Amino acid sequence: MKNAKINVSKFNFYYGDSRVLKDITIDIPENRVTGIIGPSGCGKSTFLRSLNRMNDVILGSRAEGSVMLDGRDIYGRDVDVAGLRRKVGMVFQKSNPFPKSVFENVAYGLRIDGIKDKYFIEERVERSLRDAALWSEVKDRLRDNAFELSGGQQQRLCIARALAIEPEILLMDEPASALDPTATLKIEELIQELKKKYTIIIVTHNMQQAARVSDLTAFFMLGELVEYDITSIIFTKPSKKLTEDYITGRFG
Amino acid sequence: MTNLTVNLKEKIGFGALFLATMAVVVPVLCIIWLIVTRGWSAISWEFLFTMPRDGMRAGGIFPAIVGTFYLVLGSVAFSLPVGVMAAIYLNEYAKDNFLTRMINLAIINLSGVSSVVYGLFGLSLFVVFFRFGVSIISGSLTLGIMTLPVIITTTREALRAVPKPFREVSFSLGTTRWQTIRHAVLPFALPGILTGAILSIGRAAGETAPILFTVAAFYLPNLPNSPFDQAMALPYHLYIISTQIPNIRLDYRYGTALVLVGFVLIMNISAIVVRSKFRKKRW
Repeated sequence: MKNAKINVSKFNFYYGDSRVLKDITIDIPENRVTGIIGPSGCGKSTFLRSLNRMNDVILGSRAEGSVMLDGRDIYGRDVDVAGLRRKVGMVFQKSNPFPKSVFENVAYGLRIDGIKDKYFIEERVERSLRDAALWSEVKDRLRDNAFELSGGQQQRLCIARALAIEPEILLMDEPASALDPTATLKIEELIQELKKKYTIIIVTHNMQQAARVSDLTAFFMLGELVEYDITSIIFTKPSKKLTEDYITGRFG
Repeated sequence: MTNLTVNLKEKIGFGALFLATMAVVVPVLCIIWLIVTRGWSAISWEFLFTMPRDGMRAGGIFPAIVGTFYLVLGSVAFSLPVGVMAAIYLNEYAKDNFLTRMINLAIINLSGVSSVVYGLFGLSLFVVFFRFGVSIISGSLTLGIMTLPVIITTTREALRAVPKPFREVSFSLGTTRWQTIRHAVLPFALPGILTGAILSIGRAAGETAPILFTVAAFYLPNLPNSPFDQAMALPYHLYIISTQIPNIRLDYRYGTALVLVGFVLIMNISAIVVRSKFRKKRW
């Protein structure tokens, strides 16, 4: 694939003895939204979390094969995992702000980086909040505790926090599954904006959502990549029977 | 009918639980009442801030208060950093292997060791082997080792209580393990750690046996002026005036006990206040 940001090839992932990802080979294009769908336990979250090595912390986990990001294997020796995660940001299923102010949540990554320049931090926080479509709602509440925001605002705050360290890729693990329809819509609109700047990979349980937001869709089942294509093709004329059965709701 | 039986059972159960609770509270209140009523009359400026006179039958308990203050300070200065670092290691870094399990076992056992054993240990290690002599530093270190399990255990509890997503999010923002501990774990565990520290202060202030052979002096004409000096201390002073000195006024004994218990009580209450205050603005 041209302009592939990530090339995954023959990737296997194990928790102890169980093989949860089987020979995954997939190219993920730059500045596109790639949706990952599949029934519970199909390995879609594990796959997402292998792209920034968030699975590393799990005891007894093991990866095989390669994940090339801009042509460099992120599982290679001497890879700076913290540096990788600065490049590959992540938004989780449940919004999870720190019990700090709105401002300090977004500034977290910068402060840890040792940045002291007040104006730089203020500027970056504002830009991140604007990019996350939250600025107009919180610009007068920057000193409030993040927990005082609504659920949807908290999730966009988490997106802003991830954006503040200027990643190139944004991994989203069912980012709207805990939100009401209005908040979900806002997140989906936001994703359309964000793909201009970032490469986005989104795991979702909700097939309508995948159809709405993603340019390409990958269907995972039982740890295998069943089918991967342009979203409209996956949802209108999938080439595999299994995919068709899943998207028409025959199981899952 | 059945309803009545159920109600009755409910009442009996409730009553039993209530009585059990009272069995905990009543003795504490009795002790405090006894000490306050009998000791209050002794409390005065002279009692708190002057040296003892007439073979400790008159004057004040100032050197014992000062000694206890130094000992508490010294023991916390040792046990807080060591205990917190050990807890961080055990909770955040150590793998679940044989060594870790042995360390956990050791910590549990340490908290069960009787305090006189700590005293003897301190005597042989700090006083004799390290040649610190009978001194504030020997006593502080002995008390510090005694309170280590308290600090380690409460710190670990506090670290465990930090929600898992905090660590996960912090890692996902490209931080190292230490940065995550420093910025996303410790700040939120701090109230719990402080609670442990304050509780250990109360414990260190109140113990007699560990200081018996390591620091405590029967009577000193002057206040200590170096860590290698002996010192008087409240619990030991109380023991002496209760058993070794005949014809001492009763309110002197109870007054000393009141100062000691009051100090420990204030420490424990402030631990509770610190904890509940921080908990209010929690997640």
